[in-house]
Amino acid sequence: MTPFTLERPESLGAARRAFSGDAAFLAGGHTLIPAMKSGLRAVETLIDLSRVPGLESIRREGDRLIVGAMARHAEVAASPVVAAAIPGLARLAAGIGDPQVRRRGTIGGSLANNDPAADYPAAVLALDAVLATTEGTHAADDFFQGMFATALGDGEILTEVQFRVPEAFAYAKFRHPASRYALAGVAVARFPEGVRVAVTGVAYSVFRWADAEAALSAAPPAPVPPLVRDDINSDIHASAEYRAHLAGVMLARAVREMMP
Amino acid sequence: MGISVNGSVREVTSPDHRLLVDWLRDDLGLTGTHVGCTTSQCGACNVMVDGEVVKACTVLVASCEGSEVTTIEGLGTPEALHPMQAAFKSAHGLQCGFCTPGMVMAGIAIANAHGPDVSEATVRHELEGNLCRCTGYQNIVAAIRAGARAMAEAGLLKEPA
Repeated sequence: MTPFTLERPESLGAARRAFSGDAAFLAGGHTLIPAMKSGLRAVETLIDLSRVPGLESIRREGDRLIVGAMARHAEVAASPVVAAAIPGLARLAAGIGDPQVRRRGTIGGSLANNDPAADYPAAVLALDAVLATTEGTHAADDFFQGMFATALGDGEILTEVQFRVPEAFAYAKFRHPASRYALAGVAVARFPEGVRVAVTGVAYSVFRWADAEAALSAAPPAPVPPLVRDDINSDIHASAEYRAHLAGVMLARAVREMMP
Repeated sequence: MGISVNGSVREVTSPDHRLLVDWLRDDLGLTGTHVGCTTSQCGACNVMVDGEVVKACTVLVASCEGSEVTTIEGLGTPEALHPMQAAFKSAHGLQCGFCTPGMVMAGIAIANAHGPDVSEATVRHELEGNLCRCTGYQNIVAAIRAGARAMAEAGLLKEPA
Protein backbone atom coordinates (compact mmCIF):
# COMPACT_ATOMS: atom_id res chain seq x y z
CA MET A 1 0.00 0.00 0.00
CA THR A 2 1.29 3.46 -0.86
CA PRO A 3 1.95 5.38 2.38
CA PHE A 4 -0.48 8.10 3.44
CA THR A 5 -1.28 10.21 6.49
CA LEU A 6 -4.40 9.25 8.44
CA GLU A 7 -6.50 12.02 9.95
CA ARG A 8 -9.14 11.21 12.56
CA PRO A 9 -11.29 14.36 12.88
CA GLU A 10 -13.99 14.57 15.55
CA SER A 11 -16.44 16.84 13.74
CA LEU A 12 -17.84 17.23 10.23
CA GLY A 13 -16.25 20.66 9.97
CA ALA A 14 -12.84 19.32 10.91
CA ALA A 15 -13.26 16.46 8.43
CA ARG A 16 -14.17 18.94 5.71
CA ARG A 17 -11.12 21.10 6.51
CA ALA A 18 -8.82 18.07 6.57
CA PHE A 19 -9.57 17.45 2.92
CA SER A 20 -6.91 19.01 0.74
CA GLY A 21 -4.97 17.90 -2.28
CA ASP A 22 -4.94 14.18 -2.98
CA ALA A 23 -7.29 13.02 -0.21
CA ALA A 24 -10.12 10.57 0.40
CA PHE A 25 -12.61 9.90 3.17
CA LEU A 26 -12.55 6.54 4.96
CA ALA A 27 -15.84 5.11 6.21
CA GLY A 28 -15.93 1.34 6.88
CA GLY A 29 -12.96 0.86 4.57
CA HIS A 30 -14.14 -2.44 3.12
CA THR A 31 -13.87 -1.26 -0.45
CA LEU A 32 -11.35 1.56 -0.20
CA ILE A 33 -8.70 -0.34 1.79
CA PRO A 34 -8.76 -3.36 -0.58
CA ALA A 35 -8.50 -0.95 -3.53
CA MET A 36 -5.50 0.77 -1.90
CA LYS A 37 -3.87 -2.58 -1.04
CA SER A 38 -4.10 -3.72 -4.63
CA GLY A 39 -2.65 -0.44 -5.91
CA LEU A 40 -5.83 0.67 -7.66
CA ARG A 41 -6.02 3.70 -5.43
CA ALA A 42 -3.42 5.84 -3.67
CA VAL A 43 -3.90 9.03 -1.63
CA GLU A 44 -1.70 11.36 0.41
CA THR A 45 -4.31 11.94 3.09
CA LEU A 46 -6.96 9.55 4.33
CA ILE A 47 -9.64 11.05 6.55
CA ASP A 48 -11.24 8.52 8.89
CA LEU A 49 -14.86 9.52 9.59
CA SER A 50 -15.44 7.03 12.41
CA ARG A 51 -15.01 9.63 15.16
CA VAL A 52 -17.41 12.14 13.64
CA PRO A 53 -20.54 11.97 15.83
CA GLY A 54 -24.12 11.79 14.60
CA LEU A 55 -23.60 10.02 11.30
CA GLU A 56 -25.02 6.61 12.21
CA SER A 57 -28.56 7.39 13.32
CA ILE A 58 -31.48 5.49 11.76
CA ARG A 59 -34.91 7.08 12.13
CA ARG A 60 -38.32 7.60 10.54
CA GLU A 61 -39.39 11.15 9.63
CA GLY A 62 -42.85 11.28 7.99
CA ASP A 63 -42.71 9.48 4.65
CA ARG A 64 -38.93 9.20 4.81
CA LEU A 65 -36.62 6.61 6.36
CA ILE A 66 -33.37 8.35 7.27
CA VAL A 67 -30.21 6.29 7.43
CA GLY A 68 -26.99 7.99 8.54
CA ALA A 69 -24.06 7.60 6.17
CA MET A 70 -21.92 5.78 8.75
CA ALA A 71 -24.64 3.23 9.61
CA ARG A 72 -23.07 -0.17 9.14
CA HIS A 73 -24.71 -2.87 7.04
CA ALA A 74 -25.24 -5.02 10.15
CA GLU A 75 -27.00 -2.12 11.89
CA VAL A 76 -29.36 -1.52 8.97
CA ALA A 77 -30.03 -5.27 8.74
CA ALA A 78 -30.92 -5.46 12.45
CA SER A 79 -32.77 -2.14 12.80
CA PRO A 80 -36.43 -2.42 13.90
CA VAL A 81 -37.01 1.03 12.37
CA VAL A 82 -35.84 -0.20 8.96
CA ALA A 83 -37.77 -3.47 9.34
CA ALA A 84 -40.97 -1.53 10.05
CA ALA A 85 -40.55 1.02 7.25
CA ILE A 86 -38.86 -0.87 4.39
CA PRO A 87 -38.26 -4.53 5.37
CA GLY A 88 -36.75 -5.33 1.97
CA LEU A 89 -33.99 -2.80 2.68
CA ALA A 90 -33.05 -4.64 5.89
CA ARG A 91 -32.90 -7.88 3.89
CA LEU A 92 -30.70 -6.22 1.27
CA ALA A 93 -28.27 -5.07 3.97
CA ALA A 94 -28.22 -8.59 5.47
CA GLY A 95 -27.10 -9.95 2.10
CA ILE A 96 -24.07 -7.71 1.56
CA GLY A 97 -20.68 -9.42 1.81
CA ASP A 98 -20.35 -11.62 4.89
CA PRO A 99 -20.87 -11.04 8.65
CA GLN A 100 -17.42 -9.51 9.23
CA VAL A 101 -17.80 -7.20 6.24
CA ARG A 102 -21.28 -6.14 7.40
CA ARG A 103 -19.88 -5.14 10.81
CA ARG A 104 -17.54 -2.60 9.16
CA GLY A 105 -19.01 -1.59 5.80
CA THR A 106 -21.29 1.48 5.76
CA ILE A 107 -24.10 2.66 3.51
CA GLY A 108 -22.37 5.97 2.88
CA GLY A 109 -19.13 4.30 1.91
CA SER A 110 -20.93 2.01 -0.49
CA LEU A 111 -22.80 4.88 -2.15
CA ALA A 112 -19.83 7.24 -2.37
CA ASN A 113 -17.82 4.44 -3.96
CA ASN A 114 -20.60 3.49 -6.41
CA ASP A 115 -19.25 0.11 -7.39
CA PRO A 116 -21.18 -0.98 -10.50
CA ALA A 117 -22.13 -4.25 -8.75
CA ALA A 118 -22.89 -2.91 -5.25
CA ASP A 119 -26.34 -3.52 -3.74
CA TYR A 120 -27.21 -0.20 -2.08
CA PRO A 121 -27.15 1.96 -5.24
CA ALA A 122 -30.04 -0.09 -6.66
CA ALA A 123 -32.13 0.46 -3.52
CA VAL A 124 -31.33 4.17 -3.38
CA LEU A 125 -32.32 4.64 -7.01
CA ALA A 126 -35.49 2.52 -6.84
CA LEU A 127 -36.57 4.15 -3.57
CA ASP A 128 -36.21 7.66 -5.02
CA ALA A 129 -33.90 8.62 -2.16
CA VAL A 130 -32.39 12.01 -1.44
CA LEU A 131 -28.71 12.02 -0.50
CA ALA A 132 -27.81 14.71 2.01
CA THR A 133 -24.23 16.00 2.14
CA THR A 134 -22.20 18.74 3.78
CA GLU A 135 -22.94 20.89 0.72
CA GLY A 136 -26.66 20.25 0.15
CA THR A 137 -28.68 17.42 -1.33
CA HIS A 138 -28.67 15.23 -4.43
CA ALA A 139 -31.60 13.32 -5.91
CA ALA A 140 -30.79 9.65 -6.47
CA ASP A 141 -31.54 10.11 -10.18
CA ASP A 142 -28.65 12.60 -10.42
CA PHE A 143 -26.23 11.03 -7.93
CA PHE A 144 -24.89 7.98 -9.78
CA GLN A 145 -22.80 9.14 -12.71
CA GLY A 146 -21.02 6.05 -14.01
CA MET A 147 -18.53 3.47 -12.83
CA PHE A 148 -17.20 4.58 -9.40
CA ALA A 149 -18.42 8.10 -10.22
CA THR A 150 -20.97 10.16 -8.27
CA ALA A 151 -22.19 13.74 -8.01
CA LEU A 152 -20.06 14.24 -4.87
CA GLY A 153 -17.55 17.03 -5.29
CA ASP A 154 -14.03 17.12 -3.82
CA GLY A 155 -14.29 17.19 -0.04
CA GLU A 156 -18.08 16.82 -0.03
CA ILE A 157 -19.20 14.35 2.65
CA LEU A 158 -22.33 12.24 2.38
CA THR A 159 -24.15 12.57 5.72
CA GLU A 160 -27.43 10.71 5.35
CA VAL A 161 -29.70 8.89 2.95
CA GLN A 162 -33.38 9.86 3.00
CA PHE A 163 -35.32 6.93 1.55
CA ARG A 164 -38.88 7.51 0.45
CA VAL A 165 -41.04 4.88 2.18
CA PRO A 166 -42.86 2.97 -0.59
CA GLU A 167 -46.01 0.86 -0.62
CA ALA A 168 -43.79 -2.14 -1.27
CA PHE A 169 -40.12 -2.81 -1.98
CA ALA A 170 -38.02 -5.85 -2.76
CA TYR A 171 -34.49 -6.54 -3.95
CA ALA A 172 -33.31 -9.77 -5.53
CA LYS A 173 -29.77 -10.52 -6.57
CA PHE A 174 -27.88 -13.33 -8.17
CA ARG A 175 -24.63 -13.06 -6.34
CA HIS A 176 -21.16 -14.06 -7.30
CA PRO A 177 -20.35 -16.84 -4.83
CA ALA A 178 -16.86 -15.57 -3.97
CA SER A 179 -17.19 -11.79 -3.96
CA ARG A 180 -20.91 -11.78 -3.06
CA TYR A 181 -21.35 -8.80 -5.33
CA ALA A 182 -24.34 -8.89 -7.67
CA LEU A 183 -23.93 -10.48 -11.09
CA ALA A 184 -27.40 -9.03 -11.47
CA GLY A 185 -29.41 -7.28 -8.77
CA VAL A 186 -32.85 -5.74 -9.26
CA ALA A 187 -34.62 -3.41 -6.82
CA VAL A 188 -38.32 -2.73 -7.28
CA ALA A 189 -40.30 -0.09 -5.38
CA ARG A 190 -44.01 0.59 -5.74
CA PHE A 191 -45.24 4.13 -5.08
CA PRO A 192 -48.77 5.51 -5.51
CA GLU A 193 -47.85 7.05 -8.86
CA GLY A 194 -46.00 4.04 -10.26
CA VAL A 195 -43.22 1.49 -9.98
CA ARG A 196 -39.48 2.25 -10.02
CA VAL A 197 -36.99 -0.44 -11.03
CA ALA A 198 -33.21 -0.14 -10.62
CA VAL A 199 -30.61 -2.64 -11.80
CA THR A 200 -27.07 -3.18 -10.49
CA GLY A 201 -24.23 -5.48 -11.53
CA VAL A 202 -25.39 -5.56 -15.14
CA ALA A 203 -23.90 -2.42 -16.72
CA TYR A 204 -21.13 0.04 -15.88
CA SER A 205 -23.35 1.80 -13.40
CA VAL A 206 -26.67 1.26 -11.69
CA PHE A 207 -29.56 2.28 -13.98
CA ARG A 208 -33.34 2.52 -14.05
CA TRP A 209 -35.03 -0.05 -16.25
CA ALA A 210 -37.61 2.14 -18.03
CA ASP A 211 -39.40 -0.66 -19.92
CA ALA A 212 -39.89 -2.65 -16.73
CA GLU A 213 -41.17 0.42 -14.90
CA ALA A 214 -43.73 1.14 -17.65
CA ALA A 215 -44.91 -2.47 -17.81
CA LEU A 216 -45.25 -2.86 -14.03
CA SER A 217 -46.91 0.56 -13.62
CA ALA A 218 -49.64 -0.25 -16.18
CA ALA A 219 -53.08 -1.37 -14.98
CA PRO A 220 -53.18 -4.30 -15.15
CA PRO A 221 -49.39 -4.83 -15.23
CA ALA A 222 -48.07 -5.80 -18.66
CA PRO A 223 -45.40 -8.43 -19.43
CA VAL A 224 -41.89 -7.01 -19.08
CA PRO A 225 -39.89 -7.16 -22.33
CA PRO A 226 -36.32 -8.54 -22.25
CA LEU A 227 -33.65 -6.09 -21.09
CA VAL A 228 -31.94 -4.52 -24.09
CA ARG A 229 -29.00 -2.12 -23.68
CA ASP A 230 -25.74 -1.68 -25.54
CA ASP A 231 -23.60 -1.36 -22.38
CA ILE A 232 -24.27 -4.67 -20.60
CA ASN A 233 -21.14 -6.13 -18.99
CA SER A 234 -19.59 -9.23 -20.46
CA ASP A 235 -16.73 -10.84 -18.51
CA ILE A 236 -15.39 -14.18 -17.30
CA HIS A 237 -18.26 -14.48 -14.84
CA ALA A 238 -21.19 -13.90 -17.18
CA SER A 239 -21.81 -12.94 -20.79
CA ALA A 240 -23.94 -9.91 -21.58
CA GLU A 241 -26.71 -12.20 -22.82
CA TYR A 242 -26.67 -14.16 -19.54
CA ARG A 243 -26.63 -11.01 -17.43
CA ALA A 244 -29.62 -9.60 -19.32
CA HIS A 245 -31.46 -12.88 -18.74
CA LEU A 246 -30.54 -12.85 -15.04
CA ALA A 247 -31.90 -9.31 -14.72
CA GLY A 248 -35.28 -10.57 -15.93
CA VAL A 249 -35.20 -13.48 -13.49
CA MET A 250 -34.23 -11.23 -10.56
CA LEU A 251 -36.99 -8.78 -11.50
CA ALA A 252 -39.53 -11.62 -11.39
CA ARG A 253 -38.21 -12.76 -7.99
CA ALA A 254 -38.39 -9.24 -6.57
CA VAL A 255 -41.93 -8.71 -7.87
CA ARG A 256 -43.01 -12.07 -6.41
CA GLU A 257 -41.53 -11.10 -3.03
CA MET A 258 -43.56 -7.85 -3.08
CA MET A 259 -46.87 -9.64 -3.48
CA PRO A 260 -48.93 -9.79 -0.31
CA MET B 1 -3.26 6.47 23.49
CA GLY B 2 -2.26 3.02 22.23
CA ILE B 3 -4.30 -0.11 21.70
CA SER B 4 -5.19 -2.64 24.36
CA VAL B 5 -4.15 -6.01 22.95
CA ASN B 6 -5.24 -9.02 24.96
CA GLY B 7 -5.38 -6.82 28.04
CA SER B 8 -2.10 -4.92 27.81
CA VAL B 9 -1.73 -1.51 26.20
CA ARG B 10 0.64 -1.36 23.24
CA GLU B 11 1.87 1.82 21.59
CA VAL B 12 1.47 2.18 17.84
CA THR B 13 4.66 3.48 16.26
CA SER B 14 4.19 2.11 12.75
CA PRO B 15 3.19 4.29 9.79
CA ASP B 16 -0.46 5.14 9.18
CA HIS B 17 -0.87 2.72 6.30
CA ARG B 18 0.01 -0.28 8.48
CA LEU B 19 -2.72 -2.93 8.53
CA LEU B 20 -3.91 -4.27 11.87
CA VAL B 21 -2.98 -7.83 10.92
CA ASP B 22 0.58 -6.89 9.96
CA TRP B 23 1.01 -4.89 13.17
CA LEU B 24 -0.19 -7.82 15.29
CA ARG B 25 1.97 -10.38 13.52
CA ASP B 26 5.14 -8.51 12.57
CA ASP B 27 5.38 -5.78 15.21
CA LEU B 28 3.92 -7.60 18.22
CA GLY B 29 4.86 -11.15 17.20
CA LEU B 30 1.29 -12.39 17.69
CA THR B 31 1.39 -14.84 14.80
CA GLY B 32 -1.71 -16.78 15.83
CA THR B 33 -3.72 -14.43 13.63
CA HIS B 34 -3.15 -15.70 10.09
CA VAL B 35 -2.96 -14.03 6.70
CA GLY B 36 -4.82 -16.08 4.11
CA CYS B 37 -6.21 -14.25 1.11
CA THR B 38 -5.44 -10.61 2.12
CA THR B 39 -8.56 -9.65 0.15
CA SER B 40 -11.23 -9.74 2.90
CA GLN B 41 -12.58 -13.10 1.77
CA CYS B 42 -11.16 -15.89 3.93
CA GLY B 43 -11.46 -14.80 7.55
CA ALA B 44 -8.15 -16.35 8.69
CA CYS B 45 -7.23 -12.91 10.07
CA ASN B 46 -10.41 -12.49 12.17
CA VAL B 47 -9.79 -10.70 15.45
CA MET B 48 -12.05 -8.93 17.92
CA VAL B 49 -12.01 -5.13 17.93
CA ASP B 50 -14.09 -3.69 20.78
CA GLY B 51 -15.92 -7.01 21.03
CA GLU B 52 -16.76 -7.29 17.33
CA VAL B 53 -15.14 -9.86 15.06
CA VAL B 54 -13.64 -8.17 11.99
CA LYS B 55 -11.08 -8.98 9.31
CA ALA B 56 -7.75 -7.55 10.45
CA CYS B 57 -6.40 -7.48 6.88
CA THR B 58 -8.90 -4.74 6.05
CA VAL B 59 -8.52 -2.51 9.10
CA LEU B 60 -5.83 0.14 9.62
CA VAL B 61 -4.05 -0.15 12.94
CA ALA B 62 -4.11 3.66 13.20
CA SER B 63 -7.93 3.49 13.10
CA CYS B 64 -7.85 1.25 16.19
CA GLU B 65 -6.14 3.72 18.53
CA GLY B 66 -8.12 3.65 21.78
CA SER B 67 -9.72 0.30 20.98
CA GLU B 68 -9.48 -3.10 22.65
CA VAL B 69 -8.24 -5.91 20.43
CA THR B 70 -8.44 -9.60 21.28
CA THR B 71 -6.51 -12.16 19.24
CA ILE B 72 -6.51 -15.94 19.46
CA GLU B 73 -3.61 -15.66 21.95
CA GLY B 74 -5.88 -13.71 24.28
CA LEU B 75 -8.70 -16.24 24.46
CA GLY B 76 -7.21 -19.02 26.55
CA THR B 77 -3.99 -20.78 27.50
CA PRO B 78 -2.83 -24.29 26.53
CA GLU B 79 -3.75 -25.40 30.04
CA ALA B 80 -7.07 -23.57 30.15
CA LEU B 81 -8.53 -23.31 26.67
CA HIS B 82 -11.46 -21.02 25.93
CA PRO B 83 -14.62 -23.19 25.65
CA MET B 84 -14.77 -22.52 21.90
CA GLN B 85 -11.14 -23.64 21.51
CA ALA B 86 -11.84 -26.74 23.61
CA ALA B 87 -14.85 -27.53 21.41
CA PHE B 88 -12.71 -27.30 18.26
CA LYS B 89 -10.29 -29.74 19.89
CA SER B 90 -12.88 -32.27 21.04
CA ALA B 91 -15.02 -32.10 17.86
CA HIS B 92 -11.89 -32.26 15.68
CA GLY B 93 -12.89 -28.96 14.09
CA LEU B 94 -9.59 -28.57 12.30
CA GLN B 95 -7.37 -30.36 9.84
CA CYS B 96 -4.33 -28.30 8.80
CA GLY B 97 -5.30 -25.60 11.33
CA PHE B 98 -4.60 -22.58 9.16
CA CYS B 99 -8.15 -21.23 9.20
CA THR B 100 -8.73 -22.24 12.82
CA PRO B 101 -7.92 -18.96 14.65
CA GLY B 102 -10.37 -17.12 12.41
CA MET B 103 -12.95 -19.89 12.72
CA VAL B 104 -12.73 -19.81 16.54
CA MET B 105 -13.22 -16.02 16.49
CA ALA B 106 -16.18 -16.34 14.11
CA GLY B 107 -17.58 -19.11 16.32
CA ILE B 108 -17.51 -16.86 19.38
CA ALA B 109 -19.30 -14.11 17.43
CA ILE B 110 -21.93 -16.62 16.29
CA ALA B 111 -22.42 -17.90 19.84
CA ASN B 112 -22.80 -14.35 21.17
CA ALA B 113 -25.26 -13.38 18.43
CA HIS B 114 -27.38 -16.54 18.32
CA GLY B 115 -27.03 -18.20 21.73
CA PRO B 116 -26.41 -21.77 22.88
CA ASP B 117 -29.07 -23.41 20.67
CA VAL B 118 -27.86 -21.98 17.37
CA SER B 119 -28.98 -24.15 14.44
CA GLU B 120 -26.68 -25.84 11.97
CA ALA B 121 -28.17 -23.77 9.14
CA THR B 122 -27.50 -20.52 11.00
CA VAL B 123 -23.89 -21.52 11.72
CA ARG B 124 -23.31 -22.37 8.06
CA HIS B 125 -24.86 -19.07 6.95
CA GLU B 126 -22.85 -17.06 9.47
CA LEU B 127 -19.62 -18.77 8.38
CA GLU B 128 -19.86 -17.29 4.89
CA GLY B 129 -16.89 -15.06 5.60
CA ASN B 130 -14.58 -17.91 6.66
CA LEU B 131 -12.95 -20.33 4.25
CA CYS B 132 -11.45 -23.73 5.14
CA ARG B 133 -9.40 -25.01 2.23
CA CYS B 134 -9.31 -28.49 3.77
CA THR B 135 -13.10 -28.21 3.38
CA GLY B 136 -13.56 -29.54 6.91
CA TYR B 137 -16.78 -27.63 7.50
CA GLN B 138 -18.74 -30.56 8.94
CA ASN B 139 -16.69 -30.69 12.12
CA ILE B 140 -16.19 -26.93 12.26
CA VAL B 141 -19.96 -26.46 12.36
CA ALA B 142 -20.28 -29.18 15.02
CA ALA B 143 -17.49 -27.54 17.04
CA ILE B 144 -19.13 -24.11 16.95
CA ARG B 145 -22.49 -25.51 18.08
CA ALA B 146 -20.79 -27.41 20.93
CA GLY B 147 -18.70 -24.35 21.76
CA ALA B 148 -21.79 -22.13 21.93
CA ARG B 149 -23.36 -24.53 24.48
CA ALA B 150 -20.11 -24.67 26.45
CA MET B 151 -19.82 -20.88 26.47
CA ALA B 152 -23.35 -20.63 27.85
CA GLU B 153 -22.57 -23.18 30.56
CA ALA B 154 -19.43 -21.23 31.48
CA GLY B 155 -21.44 -17.99 31.64
CA LEU B 156 -19.37 -16.46 28.83
CA LEU B 157 -22.13 -15.52 26.38
CA LYS B 158 -22.64 -11.82 25.86
CA GLU B 159 -26.08 -10.62 26.94
CA PRO B 160 -28.20 -9.80 23.90
CA ALA B 161 -28.21 -6.06 23.22
